[in-house]
Amino acid sequence: MRESHRSSAGDGLLTLSGVGKTFRNGTVALAGIDLTIAAGSFVSLLGPSGCGKSTLLRIIAGLVEPSVGRRWLAADGAASGSVGFVFQEPTLMPWATVADNIYLPLRLAGMSRREAGPRIAEAIAAVGLDGFAGAYPRELSGGMKMRVSIARAFATRPRLLLLDEPFAALDEITRLKLNEDLLRLWRTAGWTVVFVTHSVFESVFLSSHVVVLSPRPGRIAADLPIDLPYPRETELRMTATYGDHCRTVSEALAAAMARP
Amino acid sequence: MRASWRLLAPLVVGVIFLVAWEAVVRIEDIPVYVLPGPLVVAETLWRDGASLFGSLLVTLRITAAALAAAAVLGGLIAILFARSRLLEISLFPYAVILQVTPIVAIAPLIIIWVQNTFLALLLCAWLVAFFPIVANTTLGLNSADRNLVELFRLYGATGWQALLLLRLPAALPYFLGGLRISGGLALIGAVVAEFVAGTGGTETGLAFRILEAGYRLQIPRLFAALVLLSFAGVAIYWVLSLVSWLVLRRWHESALPRDE
Repeated sequence: MRESHRSSAGDGLLTLSGVGKTFRNGTVALAGIDLTIAAGSFVSLLGPSGCGKSTLLRIIAGLVEPSVGRRWLAADGAASGSVGFVFQEPTLMPWATVADNIYLPLRLAGMSRREAGPRIAEAIAAVGLDGFAGAYPRELSGGMKMRVSIARAFATRPRLLLLDEPFAALDEITRLKLNEDLLRLWRTAGWTVVFVTHSVFESVFLSSHVVVLSPRPGRIAADLPIDLPYPRETELRMTATYGDHCRTVSEALAAAMARP
Repeated sequence: MRASWRLLAPLVVGVIFLVAWEAVVRIEDIPVYVLPGPLVVAETLWRDGASLFGSLLVTLRITAAALAAAAVLGGLIAILFARSRLLEISLFPYAVILQVTPIVAIAPLIIIWVQNTFLALLLCAWLVAFFPIVANTTLGLNSADRNLVELFRLYGATGWQALLLLRLPAALPYFLGGLRISGGLALIGAVVAEFVAGTGGTETGLAFRILEAGYRLQIPRLFAALVLLSFAGVAIYWVLSLVSWLVLRRWHESALPRDE
């Protein structure tokens, strides 16, 4: 089955067609990926460890060149930074304060510190870290560091925000809180988000679409719309429809795993 | 353990050692030209202190100049190595050769070749001191967080921006660690060079005073000079550790207070 997977109706912000990746050591990480990410959508890439989700995200980011196939990012005329990336680890510069870490991408874009000031303050406020602008990463908890990492991406006003299992290393409570905060930011900022995770529950709670990948070589096994209304709050996790969606996604994942 | 013990414990060991030394010298009636007791050494240090201290300053001047040159040139060489892999693999073996060749063996040549004694001594001390800085800083420049390197690439950083904003700060703790090792080595290099050079013109360093005292069987003075030399070495190490702590205390693990 090689149909084109569209993550939702509407124009694609990013399109991958026939994308595959073979590493230099011969490992085939991805094969035959056709994917369209619609503007404004929240897409989760779900799959077992080692299925190439992170590689796919890096191809989407333009950090890794696909071995075959094409990546196409819609030209938009928007002046702001086009792609933001949040890594699995907070990936902060330990020698720089919170504000300076958030300033980094703006600085690299040639913005002066004075110009960037309001944007940095806005980003810090958006992730709820008021009062920590002058703190160093080692003075922050794991969850707070992750917030800084998100604020750094936020400050660039990206059209496309990519997150690579950003909350995997955090405790459950922090993780749920950050999920909700991320959803809120996504809705207010008008981002398009691609979110890599290996948690069925997380993907269903967050996404407008869940793209299930099969084990290596990673292929798209299913593309499931999650038609739960936004805003989604904690209570959603208790509802039957949420449970139904989780089951559907789980079954798709199990089917993908079972495929030879 | 309480902080006072940290200071007291080595002090107690020192006092026991000195008392035992003094006792052995007195009980065995060891002549002063074989082994002077600590009291005699202290008395000599008091009497000849001013003159010995002048010589110490000569040695310290060479040490400081060599260390400064090692820091600047070593740092620059490391940056060149980090910028060009070809340069690193072509030149690094020669840096190693310079490092492993005993300075005692090449010092006579240097003293023959370089007319200016100060420069000759400086060169000897520098040869001993520069390698730890080059090796450590090169390591540091290459050990920046891979995700941060990707982040810099994603946000379009130039090579120089990555060097200035990422690699140099990441290398700073390594550089300072190298500097701490080099501080002691520069002193050793200066002393060895002085031994080889002999009088060394109008000004005589502490090493030559040690030789001279040895020739004249002024063993208490030899000991006094040795004591000064070790204190100087300890002071250099202490000052460089302090510099390192001051620079890194806000962010680096090595400068954090330890929990007991």
